Amino acid sequence: MADLRIKIGSLELRNPVMLASGTCGYGSELEDFMDLSALGAIIVKGTTLEWREGNPYPRMAETAAGMLNAVGLQNKGIDYFEKNIYPRLAEYDTHVIVNVNGNTIEEYVELSRRLDRLQAIPAIELNISCPNVKRGGMIFGTNPSSAREVISAVRKAYSKTLIVKLSPNVTDITEFARISEEEGAEAISLVNTLLGMAIDVKTMKPKLSTITGGLSGPAIKPVALRMVWQAARAVAIPVIGLGGIMNADDALEFIMAGASAVQVGTASFIQPDTAVRVVNGIEKFLVEKDFDSVSRITGIINRI
Amino acid sequence: MKKRVEYLTVTENKKLTDSFFVLKVRSGGGLPEIKPGQFVQALVTDSPSTFLRRPLSVHDVDYKTNTLSLLVQIAGPGTERLSRLVPGETINLLYPLGNSFTLPVTGEKVLLTGGGCGMAPLLYLGRKIKESGVQPHFALGFRNRSRILSYEEFSALGPVWLSTEDGSEGHRGFVTDIPAFRGDKWDKVYSCGPEPMMKAVAALCRQREIFCEVSLENLMACGMGICLCCTVPTTSGNLSSCTDGPVFNINDLKWQTSG
Ligand SMILES: Cc1cc2nc3c(=O)[nH]c(=O)nc-3n(C[C@H](O)[C@H](O)[C@H](O)COP(=O)(O)OP(=O)(O)OC[C@H]3O[C@@H](n4cnc5c(N)ncnc54)[C@H](O)[C@@H]3O)c2cc1C
Ligand SMILES: Cc1cc2nc3c(=O)[nH]c(=O)nc-3n(C[C@H](O)[C@H](O)[C@H](O)COP(=O)(O)O)c2cc1C
Ligand code: FES
Repeated sequence: MADLRIKIGSLELRNPVMLASGTCGYGSELEDFMDLSALGAIIVKGTTLEWREGNPYPRMAETAAGMLNAVGLQNKGIDYFEKNIYPRLAEYDTHVIVNVNGNTIEEYVELSRRLDRLQAIPAIELNISCPNVKRGGMIFGTNPSSAREVISAVRKAYSKTLIVKLSPNVTDITEFARISEEEGAEAISLVNTLLGMAIDVKTMKPKLSTITGGLSGPAIKPVALRMVWQAARAVAIPVIGLGGIMNADDALEFIMAGASAVQVGTASFIQPDTAVRVVNGIEKFLVEKDFDSVSRITGIINRI
Repeated sequence: MKKRVEYLTVTENKKLTDSFFVLKVRSGGGLPEIKPGQFVQALVTDSPSTFLRRPLSVHDVDYKTNTLSLLVQIAGPGTERLSRLVPGETINLLYPLGNSFTLPVTGEKVLLTGGGCGMAPLLYLGRKIKESGVQPHFALGFRNRSRILSYEEFSALGPVWLSTEDGSEGHRGFVTDIPAFRGDKWDKVYSCGPEPMMKAVAALCRQREIFCEVSLENLMACGMGICLCCTVPTTSGNLSSCTDGPVFNINDLKWQTSG
């Protein structure tokens, strides 16, 4: 037995594996395939103050070893969430984290304040990296002063564990990692999707209604891994790594690069119980290599 | 019904035409209850450019042998790889997915209409309708005579009217030009096929106030409601084709202009 527990701020997780926002619905959709209590946390769908219909179809294009999406934060808003979804989530035997989105700083703040009151939500993930919305989202995550402003404002409004989700669509990820730490985030998660596009040569049209969209899956793993490694060396707060994790070895790469925890995203679309397989695979690796805890291998490449 | 991921064994792979085949796969542990209109997400291995699973309608189910059939059109690398599966090999399916058609009640007159690979769900639907004691009728459309698929299987369940675009078999034109479609009084019409065909069927049914359900083939990533990529604009907002559909009543749809 190896100790898989990790801490993010004051939040203790059973193990370092979470489901990534926008790729696991509200968790219940995956319950036929796995026991959610086997996971460290689940990060539910990107949520906004208002009900949003998202972008028009088509919203998806398959690419080499990955996919582009342009969902655009479709969700029913915080009122609906609080009334109809939250009561169910409160029953889960795992941490439920909400991914927070907005067009303006005021919207981010108001939503964070609302979520602060929900007892069964111990943390939020501040999404300043969504590439699929016209306002807000990535605009905050790719401009250092806007990033600082929104993180600082949300920090004041939110008393529990604050995770900031960073965009890979920047030149220097360490700058945004440092800003998050300075403004009081307990952790950072990276990466969100990489901005990309695809064209249907037959119809001579873009494959996505929005022309550009977010690339995810194994195609982005080397880039994500590099950024996690850079970020983990730049800050002392825990780094949550994600981007193209399909199996335990992928997750171990992120951990060895410096991630304290990982998230499984697109992989769940193909193999719905990937996250549990990742938990089991990490544990097996630790036992085989005689490590007594997962923290022993966090950032190990920097030590050998 | 609980969804599952399972390896099934290929028992038969029958080529129908150059681009169509029927794949029969058997569940070792026994099939779950599958409703007409539901689909599977098939994992395609050994096709490097195929990353996501491929959605395929359940074409037929035989609970005695725990076998389900898929009627597949070769559209690209994924379906091409499936066309080369041989008996004895396994295929990993995520299923059963989606909602289902609304079955008719005794005494109703029902028409099942489709074309090409859109015919896939209509065979199993026809079987279920027949089992429920209602007589299914079929109106099937093809480009020409050489493209006609599975005529015997359908006619074993009920009367089949054919249309071909060049008139080489059956009525010349589209399914909506078939006299029985226009002339008879139908209580329920079910349709699956190319979007222009379904839209024509829907227009006719709307005009005559006939109950009509269509099965959509929106692009999908997950097939189980977690990615929101398969969105369908409806009168009650954007819904997910994989969980709220793929079967929709035409009165609920705001037909999208495909991009
Ligand atoms: C619910 C559902 C049920 C389906 N049932 C069947 C079935 O029973 N039999 C069958 O043959 N096919 C069915 N399809 C379509 C089938 O999933 C696609 O043809 C298949 O995914 C193509 O994969 P590929 O790798 O061979 O081709 P790709 O290279 O992925 O695609 C080839 C071409 O087809 C287009 N295409 C791919 N998927 C779709 C789609 N869903 N809708 C419209 N265009 C598409 C692509 O844009 C591309 O131009 C169904 C789709 C859905 C969503
Ligand atoms: C369909 C889809 C929807 C997503 N929605 C969100 C979202 O609402 N909020 C968010 O922070 N990230 C969202 N993401 C990004 C993922 O959480 C993750 O950061 C990204 O996909 C990279 O990880 P992966 O390669 O493991 O999928 C979405 C990704 C996909 C594919
Ligand atoms: S395909 Fe993912 S929600 Fe429908």
